[in-house]
Amino acid sequence: MSESTENPAPAEITEAAVTAAVTAALAAISTAADSAALKAASREHAGEASPLSRLNALMRSVSKEQKAAAGKLVGQARGRVTQALAAREAEIGAAEAAAKLAAETVDVTAAASTWHAGARHPLALLQERVADVFVAMGWEVAEGPELESEWFNFDALNFDEDHPARAMQDTFFIDPPEAHLVLRTHTSPVQMRALLSRELPVYVVAPGRVYRTDELDATHTPVFHQIEGIAVDKGLTMAHLRGTLDHFVQALFGPEAKVRLRPNYFPFTEPSAELDVWHPTFKGGARWIEWGGCGMVNANVLRSAGIDPEVYSGFAFGVGVERALMFRNDVKDMHDMVEGDARFSQQYGMTV
Amino acid sequence: MRVPLSWLGEFVDLEPGTTPEAVHAALVSVGLEEEEIHRFELTGPIVVGEVLEFVGEPQTNGKIINWCQVRVAPGDETAADGGPAVHGIVCGAHNFVVGDKVVVTLPGAVLPGPFPIAPRKTYGHVSDGMIASARELGLGDEHDGILLLKNLGLDDAPVGTDAIALLGLDDTAVEVNVTPDRGYAFSIRGIAREYSHATGAVFRDPALATVPAASTVEFPVTLADAAPIRGRVGASVFVTRAVRGVDPSRPTPAWMITRLALAGMRSISLIVDVTNYVMLELGQPLHGYDLDTLTGGILVRRAEPGEKLTTLDGVVRALSPEDLLITDESGAIGLAGVMGGRSTEIGATTTNVLIEAANFDPVSIARSARRHKLPSEASRRFERGVDPQVAAIAAARVVQLLVDLAGGTADSLGSAIDSSVPPVAIELPRDFISGLIGRTYSVEEERSALAEIGGELVETPTGLSVTPPTWRPDLTDKWTLAEEVARIVGYDSIPSVLPVAPPGRGLTLVQRLRRTVAQTLAATGHTEVLAYPFVSEADNRLFAPTAVVSSDAAGAAAGVPAVAEVPQIRVANPLDGEAPFLRASILPGLLRIAHRNRSRGITDLAVFEQGLVFRPVAGIRYGSLVVPAGAVRPNTALEAELNAGIPPQPFSVAVVLTGNTVRHQPGRAPVAAGWQDALTAVQQVALATGVPIVVRQGAHPAMHPGRTAELFVATPAGDLSVGFAGELLPAVAAEFDLPAVVGVAEITLSDVFAQAGADLHAAPIKTMPAATQDLSLVVSAAVPAAEVLAAVSEGAGALLDHIELVDDYRGTGIEPGLKSLTFALRFRAADRTLTAAEASDAKLAGVAVAAARFDATLRE
Repeated sequence: MSESTENPAPAEITEAAVTAAVTAALAAISTAADSAALKAASREHAGEASPLSRLNALMRSVSKEQKAAAGKLVGQARGRVTQALAAREAEIGAAEAAAKLAAETVDVTAAASTWHAGARHPLALLQERVADVFVAMGWEVAEGPELESEWFNFDALNFDEDHPARAMQDTFFIDPPEAHLVLRTHTSPVQMRALLSRELPVYVVAPGRVYRTDELDATHTPVFHQIEGIAVDKGLTMAHLRGTLDHFVQALFGPEAKVRLRPNYFPFTEPSAELDVWHPTFKGGARWIEWGGCGMVNANVLRSAGIDPEVYSGFAFGVGVERALMFRNDVKDMHDMVEGDARFSQQYGMTV
Repeated sequence: MRVPLSWLGEFVDLEPGTTPEAVHAALVSVGLEEEEIHRFELTGPIVVGEVLEFVGEPQTNGKIINWCQVRVAPGDETAADGGPAVHGIVCGAHNFVVGDKVVVTLPGAVLPGPFPIAPRKTYGHVSDGMIASARELGLGDEHDGILLLKNLGLDDAPVGTDAIALLGLDDTAVEVNVTPDRGYAFSIRGIAREYSHATGAVFRDPALATVPAASTVEFPVTLADAAPIRGRVGASVFVTRAVRGVDPSRPTPAWMITRLALAGMRSISLIVDVTNYVMLELGQPLHGYDLDTLTGGILVRRAEPGEKLTTLDGVVRALSPEDLLITDESGAIGLAGVMGGRSTEIGATTTNVLIEAANFDPVSIARSARRHKLPSEASRRFERGVDPQVAAIAAARVVQLLVDLAGGTADSLGSAIDSSVPPVAIELPRDFISGLIGRTYSVEEERSALAEIGGELVETPTGLSVTPPTWRPDLTDKWTLAEEVARIVGYDSIPSVLPVAPPGRGLTLVQRLRRTVAQTLAATGHTEVLAYPFVSEADNRLFAPTAVVSSDAAGAAAGVPAVAEVPQIRVANPLDGEAPFLRASILPGLLRIAHRNRSRGITDLAVFEQGLVFRPVAGIRYGSLVVPAGAVRPNTALEAELNAGIPPQPFSVAVVLTGNTVRHQPGRAPVAAGWQDALTAVQQVALATGVPIVVRQGAHPAMHPGRTAELFVATPAGDLSVGFAGELLPAVAAEFDLPAVVGVAEITLSDVFAQAGADLHAAPIKTMPAATQDLSLVVSAAVPAAEVLAAVSEGAGALLDHIELVDDYRGTGIEPGLKSLTFALRFRAADRTLTAAEASDAKLAGVAVAAARFDATLRE
């Protein structure tokens, strides 16, 4: 054995022999560079065949009177070596653990994933956002079909069948025309459905898809979205309409937004107004933007729902969602909203 | 409506220097929305010139070019362009003689185009300016020669006179959008009144400037409407006036041509121009007949069945018994209020004229104009309502202009029928307007606004009785009066008050679920898009969930999907003739969107759309033949009938996946999208709705016959099919220009939502140690793994805590036609630590059920 040649067997426990063994052991331990070397050093200097162990074995032959001193000598020596081993082991363990972690370094900017990002369409998000504003005020969200009866889309809303306003709606009619079904030209039929199906007072908004026979271009699309609002209660006034709209536009366009009303004509409201928004953060400078129509619910509309206009009054408004997205989020071309290019939705992610 | 400012200024005070923009702003404030500003886009020097001499020079191209010497400044004076008094100008026209006064655009001038004028070398001369035609000046379409001032009666204008001012080319018109309730604003008279409302400027009613003289020889006119539409008589006012001895060679004066041009109308002939001019001024449509071509008197009646009329535009029109006609003894001579007839048209030789100024029922005229697709200046006004009291005044004004401008003589022949119904007084209770608007209007504010619009006010014990003016048929109740007061005082003064709504219930379950489904799909990597719901018949036949796969084995083997007829909804007036149907499925639109994305280089794609689909049921006649009137609540039965007539429009969601679902990345191989991803999306929807969706092997005409799942939800009435998911049929993918493998899913969410919202009852969480075991079963390859799993679960009983399929092995060691399914099972008891024997017993009980049900055997 190589050990025996390197560590000749000591004949007796002497201080010199013990010191030599300890010195050799400590030197070997301190120079062990890794856990394998340390293990070898441990075997050589603290193992069964190590000089210290063999010195320890000589204790049996030490005389009774010398036993205490020899025991102390050897015991302390073994203690020092054991301690040194433990300390070195901890050092090497820490270094090796650190080296292992260092070796595991990755490029965190290149993480591979089984997941990829999806996105909501901003028109859908904007409608949800508006609904939330009104729901927070106690209003509810009402709905109706997109393929509607002419009565709900026109007659009930005071569009006389021969009035030019009806022809101006650019309506998609359904075959056969005598069945009087249309693709709703506005979300306003939901007003009537809400008034017919709910107890008064009614405070509802109705976001949804509407249809007009406009060819697609940068600012028009035959399929688009509106948000309708209607409130019918005792004592509602045009001042309440303005107050509601002011609150609404501030929620959507910032605290400096405000509303301007201009006289206009709609069959289903009287008085009627065009609704302009002061858009404080418009790209290119704050300005007034035409956004929709509003007014006091026409007495004939209330009568269509069996409501006495001498007792109740109401206000209604309708705004375009595409138009809002265009000026609020700087969308220049309607094509981007309707073509379904995934990159358009992905610009918004999950918020608008 | 286009309003030349010079014309507007005749009837309302316009401050000097008032800009078109300021006029627009004023009109907007009272409800006339601004459109464009129209100008003659030209700048001087443009002057009156006199042709001193010209030499015709034949050219090699066969044309003869005139080399003209034109005096453009008197004597030796410097011309407006700084050049000599006589300019040499090349002119290609031949309609002039020496001594003619013409319009010369001198170097430095700019004509519409823009077309800058400069000295120009041409045909061997330096042409020092241009002699202008009417068209070059923007005055009309005439291009058969240069404009001769003698034809405009301006021959005495001195040489060198600024032609821009002379011809009125410095005038500007503002265009406003007139809402359909304000017929009276289709006139300078109406706009001037509105401008006065907006600014307080003094208004001079042009209708008061002309006093109609009574005719002494009666022209026979009979109004005989045997079939009034909706109880309204076709003609209520009919005024005629004759003018004789009109000189047909007289030109229309330049100022009239200019104003007509700015108002958007072309000059035609003096007589026609005068009727158009007066229509624009007073809002009364007018018609001129060549008196000598009339046979007997005029009868206004409805058309007879089969009757025809050749209108001014030369079109022979088959008439409807609803059409109101002007007739004489020769038959129909005009479609009342829409267009005159050819046979009595004013022509180049007409000298004796009969002027018609009538008032026709808006509904009758609107229907005729729509029926014959003939929207005209006249019909546009009648549809919106014309002041019945302005007819006689307008006729007199035409007579006056024909006398003044055309050398005619006012004739004593004429007639005046007026059976119009005077406006009805409206009771306006005190404080009504303040109560409706939410702003206190003083008595003075109300009265002055209502008087300003022309109302006659009488005080009553409860407020006011307001008789609207004859030109405001739209003022019918106190609400319409409220709008008048509010807009005249100004909408800006209405305060802002936020009303307090009663406490609401928040979003409904369905509204919340729609959002959750969309949020979930987006969060799991799908991108929301919105497609138009217009599709082809083939799209619906292929994708409507009601389509059934043919049992024709030969067809199926050939990969030709045969489907039964599907009921679908067709749009009567589609924009795209290729796609006139409403979608029964979202998928066709989504597949086209997928193709568009791929064509733009976005090849790894997962898109979804939520929305309504249109799914009529076969055999049902939708719609309602009769539409109830407005302003009355339909009774319950009628309301139910209206609703029953509306085809079902369930809410649906669809997903399309192509390319890679796991992208190629460092250290990770790409994973192609396919049927599994479609089914994953289905489970994401199930999670979002809280309604389990059961997957079974299925068949769909547009989908891969071996890779199609039909989706079900449990309902109290049994399992309900709610959609399909899997791989698109490769042939269909090819039709949509998509790669062979496309994952698709569509779920009728309405049917899923209907099962949602049940109260959830939580089970206690078991915390005792679990015992896990694996199980491999060999079954026929045709048995769905989900059914084997269900059988094992059922047999293993309550101790089975969890089970999942971890492997499906076929190949070496397994007989052909069989497969080995490996499940990982986890057993757990609520109250004790299970022994291995208990777990094994439970597992074997599961195996027993699978063995009984599917001949499953334990894999050795």
